[in-house]
Amino acid sequence: MKRALYLLPVALFLVLAGYFAVALRPGRDPSLLPSALIDKPAPDFALAGLDGTPGLSLASLKGQVAVVNFFASWCVPCRAEEPLLLRLAEQEHVPLYGIAYKDKPADAQRYLAQLGDPYRRIGVDESGRTGIDFGVYGVPETYIIDQAGHIRFRYVGPLTAETLERELLPRVKALGAS
Amino acid sequence: MRRLAAAVLLLLLAGGIARAVEPGERLADPALEARARAIGKELRCLVCQNESIDDSGADLAHDLRVLLRERLKAGDSDRQAIAYIVARYGQFVLLKPPVEPATYALWFGPPALLALAAIAIALRLRRRDTSAPPAPLSAEERRRLARLLDEGT
Repeated sequence: MKRALYLLPVALFLVLAGYFAVALRPGRDPSLLPSALIDKPAPDFALAGLDGTPGLSLASLKGQVAVVNFFASWCVPCRAEEPLLLRLAEQEHVPLYGIAYKDKPADAQRYLAQLGDPYRRIGVDESGRTGIDFGVYGVPETYIIDQAGHIRFRYVGPLTAETLERELLPRVKALGAS
Repeated sequence: MRRLAAAVLLLLLAGGIARAVEPGERLADPALEARARAIGKELRCLVCQNESIDDSGADLAHDLRVLLRERLKAGDSDRQAIAYIVARYGQFVLLKPPVEPATYALWFGPPALLALAAIAIALRLRRRDTSAPPAPLSAEERRRLARLLDEGT
């Protein structure tokens, strides 16, 4: 009994070390939040498009595995991920849709004219309400919505070549195959 | 001196005014606005993460404050308005986590540890109290003690 007591500090240390190991894992960003909507129906939305183009609504996405990307012309990290989005759309042929979050249509238009437009269709969420419905807390954010209109994956922050290959594409393919 | 006093007064006033809730956001109905304020203090700003939406100057916090007031104006109860935002952002938006099975460890863990420690201490103290008093010294021991004490002096 006495001897067991001497082991108590060791046990406490191991528990503490366990907490540190989880919390300080390399690559873990504590400011990233899980989505509250994973595996739930995506919030309904119907947004106007940019000049002359048809807008974007949830109904129009159904029946396919769609990738929806929230972006904004005022968002600097969005510019960083733009080449990857172009690759996703052109080389991988993933149905990619854009929602311009809290952006003016004219600004969004200019932004896409500068960097290239990877999106099949775009909806303009000027008020940011659709963003709130999705739980967006900072652009860019990328969602995978399955055939039935359920949100299956969310990625916060700019996509990198690695996250695209490791996290986004396998999921899109797996969902598309099922 | 008067200048200093004025400066201090201004500073104090500014402290009262410099809040994140903007005048344009306020509701005309003071009761409704008070409810919105109370709820806003309990909701986390997702951008700054350690400020309430009531205190935060972030754009998203502004949008959420406006949304919250819209919900209240539409006749939502406090609970409904909070549920509306939790449905979108998850329980992380609540600065105070709700009491439910997933958070029992969080809420009751520390008091339980405290109680355990109290019980352990109480048991120890009681064991010490009930332990038999030491046997009285034998005649031989008493003589030896007296001798030792004598030597000391």
